[in-house]
Amino acid sequence: MIALLFDIGSTFTKVTAVDCDEAKLLGRSAAPTTINTDVNEGLKQAVTQLEDQIGVIADRADFKLACSSAAGGLKMVAVGLVPGLTAQAAQWAALGAGAKVLQTFVFKLTKQEIDKISELDADIILLAGGTDGGNSDTILHNARMLARSLLDVPIIIAGNKAAQDEVSKILQAAGKDLRITDNVMPQLEELNIEPARETIRALFLERIIHAKGLDTMQRFVDRVVMPTPSAVMDAAQLLAQGDGKDKGWGELLVIDVGGATTDVHSMATGDPTSSGVVLKGLVEPWKKRTVEGDLGIRYSAASLFAAVGEAFLLQIGKELNPNFPIADGNLEDFILSLGRVPSEIYTTEKEIFFETIIGRAAVTAAMNRHAGRLEQIFTPHGEVFLQRGKDLSQVKKIIGTGGILVHHQSPQDILAGAIRPSGEKTLLTPLAGEFFLDKEYIMAAAGLLAKEMPKTAFNLLNRYLVAV
Amino acid sequence: MAEKRTIILGVIGADVHAVGNKILEYTFSKAGFNVVNIGVLSSQKDFIEAAIETDAVAILVSSLYGHGELDCQGFRDRCIEAGLDNILLYVGGNLVIGKQNWEEVKERFLNMGFDRVYPPGTLPDEPIRDLKNDLGLPD
Repeated sequence: MIALLFDIGSTFTKVTAVDCDEAKLLGRSAAPTTINTDVNEGLKQAVTQLEDQIGVIADRADFKLACSSAAGGLKMVAVGLVPGLTAQAAQWAALGAGAKVLQTFVFKLTKQEIDKISELDADIILLAGGTDGGNSDTILHNARMLARSLLDVPIIIAGNKAAQDEVSKILQAAGKDLRITDNVMPQLEELNIEPARETIRALFLERIIHAKGLDTMQRFVDRVVMPTPSAVMDAAQLLAQGDGKDKGWGELLVIDVGGATTDVHSMATGDPTSSGVVLKGLVEPWKKRTVEGDLGIRYSAASLFAAVGEAFLLQIGKELNPNFPIADGNLEDFILSLGRVPSEIYTTEKEIFFETIIGRAAVTAAMNRHAGRLEQIFTPHGEVFLQRGKDLSQVKKIIGTGGILVHHQSPQDILAGAIRPSGEKTLLTPLAGEFFLDKEYIMAAAGLLAKEMPKTAFNLLNRYLVAV
Repeated sequence: MAEKRTIILGVIGADVHAVGNKILEYTFSKAGFNVVNIGVLSSQKDFIEAAIETDAVAILVSSLYGHGELDCQGFRDRCIEAGLDNILLYVGGNLVIGKQNWEEVKERFLNMGFDRVYPPGTLPDEPIRDLKNDLGLPD
C-alpha cells in the first residue's frame, strides 16, 4: 500500500510518499504553498516534483492524507476563570489540539476584551470556567458577553457542568454556532482536556477546513485530517508509547525551532524525581505542548533577542567556541537581519555560528518555560521543595524537528540548549540528552498515519529519526 | 437531597503537617460536605483560587507549626479583593508560638477577619457543628 502524506505549511507544501507495507520512504518534495490563490497549485507542483524523482505515484496511492498549518493554522482564543486553573486548562486543551492560542482571557470578560477577541480573528473560542458544581457566575457572564457581541466564531463550551445548559441557551438564543463538551477541569486541579481536544479537532474538520479553502483540493488529497502540530504530537505520542506490539522509546521531548515560534512537546508524566518534593498546582498533561511566539529565529528573532538578552547570547557563544571573535553589535545586527530574509539558509562560518547561538538560546528559553520549577521552602522540619509543572530531569530522548534544524550543520549544538546547566537548582529541564533529528520530515507524515496504521507509523519514526 | 456545599481545606504556609489535614478531610466529607483538600504547604493564593473555581462557601485553614499569625495576615482582605466577600473563614491549630493567652490569640484572628478560631485539641465535631450553623444547614 502506498500513502501520500501532505503537510501544507504556511510557506511550503510538503509531500511524502510512503510504502506502508515496508514502512519505507519512497520520496518527498516541497513546493511553495499557494493558499492565497489556489492551494491546489502548490500541491500540484509538489506532486509533479515528486513524480519527477520516483515516477507516477499520485495515481497509485491508496490514500492521501494531509495536515495543515496554512492560512495561519488553527487559531484559538481560550477563556477561563482563574489564570492558573481553568484558564490554563483551556489553554492546554487548545494547544493539545494543535491550535495556536492567540490569547487567553481570565475572569469576567469586559467590553474591551470582547473587542479584542473580535480583532484577534480566531477560528474557535474555547469557553471554560468553574469546576463541575463550582463557580457559574463567570461563565454565564462571559456567555452573555459573547452572545451580545457580533462575533461569528464557533464557540466550544467546556466549563462547569452545572452551568452548561444555561450557557448554551444564552449562546443559542444569539444564534452562535456552538459545541458542548466536558469540563476541562471537572474538579480542582484535575485536568480533563481530551474531550475538548477531540471537539476542537472535529470542529476543525467540519468547519475550519472549509473556511480556509482547504476543502477544494480533493484532486490530490482525500482529506485534511488535522492541524500539523497535532500530527507531530500524535507521532511523538506513538513513538513514546509504542504501537502496542513494539515498545516505544519511553518519555521524550520534541523541539521545533521555527522561524516564528519555538514549540516544545513533552511526552512525560513529570512526577517529582527526588525526595522531599511536594507537587503543587494543576497536574499538567502527559502530552504537553507549549508554543513560544516570541522565540522564533527568523520572523521573531528580534523579540527573541529582547527576551533572552545579549549577555546570554554572548555567554552561549563563549561556551560553543571561546576563540570565536564576536565584535560589538555584530550579533545584534545579524539577529535583526534574520527577519528580513526568512527563507535564507546560512552558509558562512560566522552566520552558522551565530545561528547556532540564537537557536540554542531559543531552545533554552522555550525549555525553561515548558519545564516545571522547584521552589525551596524552609520549614521547622527542614528544607522542602514545592514543584510546579513537570519534572523533566530524567527525560533523555530529545528530538529536533523543523526546517531550520534540518538544514543546520550541527543541530545537536542547538538542541543542547535543552539541557540544564550544572549548578541550576530550580529548573526541571533534562539533566542529559540523546539527540535525534527529524531529517526526513517524517514526524508530521507518521502522525497522519498514527491512528490508522500505527505499526507503519512507528516503524517509520524508528527508521528515519536519526541520532545526531 | 440538597446539593453538597463545597469547602476548601488546607494547611497554610511552610507547614507540612499532613495527618490532621487528612482527618479533617475525612470527617467533613462524612458530615456531608464536598471537601476540596489542597493539602500542605498551601499559600493564601492557593486557597483563594481554589475557592473561586469551586464556588466554595468556606475556607478552613489549618496551621500547626506556630507561624499561623504571619501566614494568615491579610487573608480576609485578599478574599474580598478576589470577590469572595461572603466566604466563611475558619482557622485552627497551633496558631502561635509559646504559651499565649488563648482568648487574646482568638481575638487577634477574629480581628483579622476570621469567622471562627479554634485552639489546639479541638475535635472535628465542633467546627462541623459551627459550619452547619453558620450556613443554616440542619444538623
